[in-house]
Amino acid sequence: MTRRGNGRALVRPHVVTGGRAHPTRNVFDLVTLVIATGDPPLHPGGTTPRTPLRTTGLSPEKLRIVELCRGGALSVVEIAGHLNLPVGVTKVLLSDLVDSGHLATRGAAPTVRQPEVRLLQEVLDGLRARL
Amino acid sequence: MDSALASDTSYVRASVRTAVKILIVGHFAVGKTTYVGTLSEIRPLRTEELMTQAGATVDDLAGIRDKTTTTVALDFGRLTLSDDLVLYLFGAPGQQRFTRLWDDLARGALGALVLVDTARLKESFAVMDIVEKRGLPYAVAVNHFDGSPVFPDAEVREALDLAPTTPLVTCDARDRRSSTEALISLVDHLLTLGGETA
Ligand SMILES: Nc1nc2c(ncn2[C@@H]2O[C@H](COP(=O)(O)OP(=O)(O)O)[C@@H](O)[C@H]2O)c(=O)[nH]1
Ligand SMILES: [Mg+2]
Repeated sequence: MTRRGNGRALVRPHVVTGGRAHPTRNVFDLVTLVIATGDPPLHPGGTTPRTPLRTTGLSPEKLRIVELCRGGALSVVEIAGHLNLPVGVTKVLLSDLVDSGHLATRGAAPTVRQPEVRLLQEVLDGLRARL
Repeated sequence: MDSALASDTSYVRASVRTAVKILIVGHFAVGKTTYVGTLSEIRPLRTEELMTQAGATVDDLAGIRDKTTTTVALDFGRLTLSDDLVLYLFGAPGQQRFTRLWDDLARGALGALVLVDTARLKESFAVMDIVEKRGLPYAVAVNHFDGSPVFPDAEVREALDLAPTTPLVTCDARDRRSSTEALISLVDHLLTLGGETA
């Protein structure tokens, strides 16, 4: 793949991924929840040691993602929205950051399985509770 | 800059382990953005996806050279449904040509709520084709606009060629209760389908 940086703003998303159009691993759904691994313990005063944040060598975009994700969990598409990046680009960067140990996904990996009745019932109950 | 960003961010509750999504689909100006905004507990966000005319999302330069590159907005919101579960709603573009975006949207989606306007029922045909081709279970909600004709349900069903089991409801995308009820109709329907295949 050749890079053809011509200075137009449209080029930027490609450049920030280092020239790749696809994540190395296709594990990210739009709603996969992502969180920084260097989080403070969930409970104040908890004993979970805080992982020091290793940020050297990260591109500005990756730094912004890690910084954003340190505050708590967000979905892939929310990260894209907050940082004004297209979803495809965001997935590439997130994939790198999971590989490098800066970020982790929370909960089960996205699957294409049939939604279980139990899950749908939980959705229904949650919606009814909002009425 | 990042601190300002972070302070404006509403994070997913720490206990949440599961995120699901439902698509809000319909033609231009049918009320998708309004609907998502009405129900979302976070300030609705949007991403701008670069698209070629052929419909591939543009993450690489090949498409960017093309003058026909456009952006398509994807807006979405979030609802926390329990300590464990959040639901994301996506306002999905009504054009099939955004293939890769539709791949992303449809993958793992529980189902779709199709918003229609009775004054422009024909404009909904293309959207319904996409949803059906993707095999997404759906319900139809007439988003009532002042001045739009009120047709008997049977006529709307016939015009849209709905299966007898497909829910058809009326809603006002500006109203929280009415919009929530439309979503409940959809999920009720999904449960019926799930119950059959389980
Ligand atoms: N009267 C009425 N107007 C609505 C309703 N829903 C949306 N609108 C208006 O219709 C226009 C298009 O809505 P929008 O949500 O942007 O449509 P989208 O293109 O499908 O996202 C906006 O001006 C809305 O304020 C509704 O239920 N009733
Ligand atoms: Mg819109």
